[in-house]
Amino acid sequence: MEENIKIEIKDFSFLYHKKQVIHNLNLKIHKNEITSFFGPANGGVTTLLRSLNRLFELNHDTHTKGDILIDGKSIFDPDSSVTELRRKVGMVFEIPAPLPISIFDNVAYGPRLKKKKSKSEINDVVEQALKQAALWDDVKDRLKAPAMSLSGGQQQRLCIARVLALQPEVIMLDRACSGLDPISTAKIEESLFQLKEEFTIVIAPHNVQQAIRISDRAAFMLMGHLIEAGTSDEVFGSPKDQRTNDYITGRFG
Amino acid sequence: MKPMKPSARTSEYLAKGMIWAAAMSVMIVLVAIIVYILIKGLPVLNFSFLTQNPYNMGRSGGIASTIVGTLYITLVAILIAVPFGIGTAFYLAEYTRENIITRIIRFSAESLAGIPSIIYGLFGFIFFVIYLGMGWSILAGGLTLAFMVLPTIIRTSEEAIRAVPQIYREASYSLGATKWQTIIKTVFPSAIQGIVNGIILSVGRCIAETAAVIFTAGSVLSMPFSLFDSTRTMAVHFYILASEGVSMENAYGTAALLIILIFVVNVGVNLLVSRFINKNQKR
Ligand SMILES: Nc1ncnc2c1ncn2[C@@H]1O[C@H](COP(=O)(O)OP(=O)(O)OP(=O)(O)O)[C@@H](O)[C@H]1O
Ligand SMILES: [Mg+2]
Repeated sequence: MEENIKIEIKDFSFLYHKKQVIHNLNLKIHKNEITSFFGPANGGVTTLLRSLNRLFELNHDTHTKGDILIDGKSIFDPDSSVTELRRKVGMVFEIPAPLPISIFDNVAYGPRLKKKKSKSEINDVVEQALKQAALWDDVKDRLKAPAMSLSGGQQQRLCIARVLALQPEVIMLDRACSGLDPISTAKIEESLFQLKEEFTIVIAPHNVQQAIRISDRAAFMLMGHLIEAGTSDEVFGSPKDQRTNDYITGRFG
Repeated sequence: MKPMKPSARTSEYLAKGMIWAAAMSVMIVLVAIIVYILIKGLPVLNFSFLTQNPYNMGRSGGIASTIVGTLYITLVAILIAVPFGIGTAFYLAEYTRENIITRIIRFSAESLAGIPSIIYGLFGFIFFVIYLGMGWSILAGGLTLAFMVLPTIIRTSEEAIRAVPQIYREASYSLGATKWQTIIKTVFPSAIQGIVNGIILSVGRCIAETAAVIFTAGSVLSMPFSLFDSTRTMAVHFYILASEGVSMENAYGTAALLIILIFVVNVGVNLLVSRFINKNQKR
């Protein structure tokens, strides 16, 4: 019955230096669903996403307590490979972060890190990833152009394609649509609906409306505490906690 | 009556004018120096001047052996200083946090950068030439110059590496890259332009150096062959020709070639780098 659980966060706490920014968080994230973490600024969402792929380890002086399991295995297991984890749990940043290389090379960056692949295999992976991210038609004639020459929305879809090229199992998007116009946002949301057939998707939506539009499940985060979580209908339809209700109805935050 | 206050537009013009004047005067002085030396020197530069060894103390003949000596010493210095300098810079910028060791390294490098070159010459003379028994040689000269330019290379490279946006590193790691892959595939290519600028600066200083070279490589006029031969670089040759009044004509010829050489190095290396960057973008 629990077999569709992809990620299990167990009593997880996070500290920057001595400042605790996530407090004893417990949550299960389901396969083939879009789970969104939403809430006012500084809720700890970015920190949580950076915990799921252990990217926080780039910051000095961070500490965690508790555990995070993916497919039942702890991501902190000393025998597990952090680079494998990051390929499995792909991340799209809040600000579009293309590397200063060509469009093609950005998407091929991940696949090329692992030796074995031939040129034609890489071409195929790149093409497929760009198609999945709904960017192929925009860029197929200028794959060698610098990634920086794309518009903001295209850059963000490029970053999604770059993650898809890793052939990940989980895709995380941190406010991936925050700087984008409604049309680009709609395109990205459209791709997410298709992608969840295949992947587990975790997002920090850029506002409540987006959370309501696309989530299967939602978790409301306030100052590092998980206030409530459940299916989209539960959380947005009949929130149990007054603070959730206030935030959704726009009374604060 | 109120004191006269210049309007915003007037002060705008004034500031623009002053900045423009400052830039222009610097440019005029620089161009004047270069033109003067080229006018005096270019007529001397001909095929035999470039291909003959000097004889009669440099009064006649060419400067072939000093060209070879200059290139040889500079090559040795750069080949030694670049890997150590870039390595140190990456260590400082990527592999450690600020601590007592990095502060000592940085402080030493900064202090070394401020020392007059003749001190390096004395050090090289005592340590390489006498103590290690290298004698006056290209090797001793090259090593000394390597020490001299090391701080420049470390500092410019470290600055270039630190200027690479952190988000590039995070993007690379988030795609499953190791630290080494991130450095090789992302940080280094993004920092290469700044690193190369430091190297060009250092090449220029090696080519132009006199004091440190006289003490460590000597001033022998014959064509050098091995690393252990003494040699005279173009800058030293120029210095001796001019200061001892041997031949002002040949001194200007040498100076003109020095300027041309530094210009060629600058343009050549920049072309190489931009091709490397383009290739990196396309592949
Ligand atoms: N590198 C860091 N060092 C110290 N504190 C940090 C660091 N990054 C984040 N914090 C703190 O951790 C808390 C949670 O930040 P986080 O960025 O995870 O929240 P968030 O929910 O993503 O916020 P936002 O809605 O603004 O994106 C904040 O109080 C923030 O100041
Ligand atoms: Mg955030």
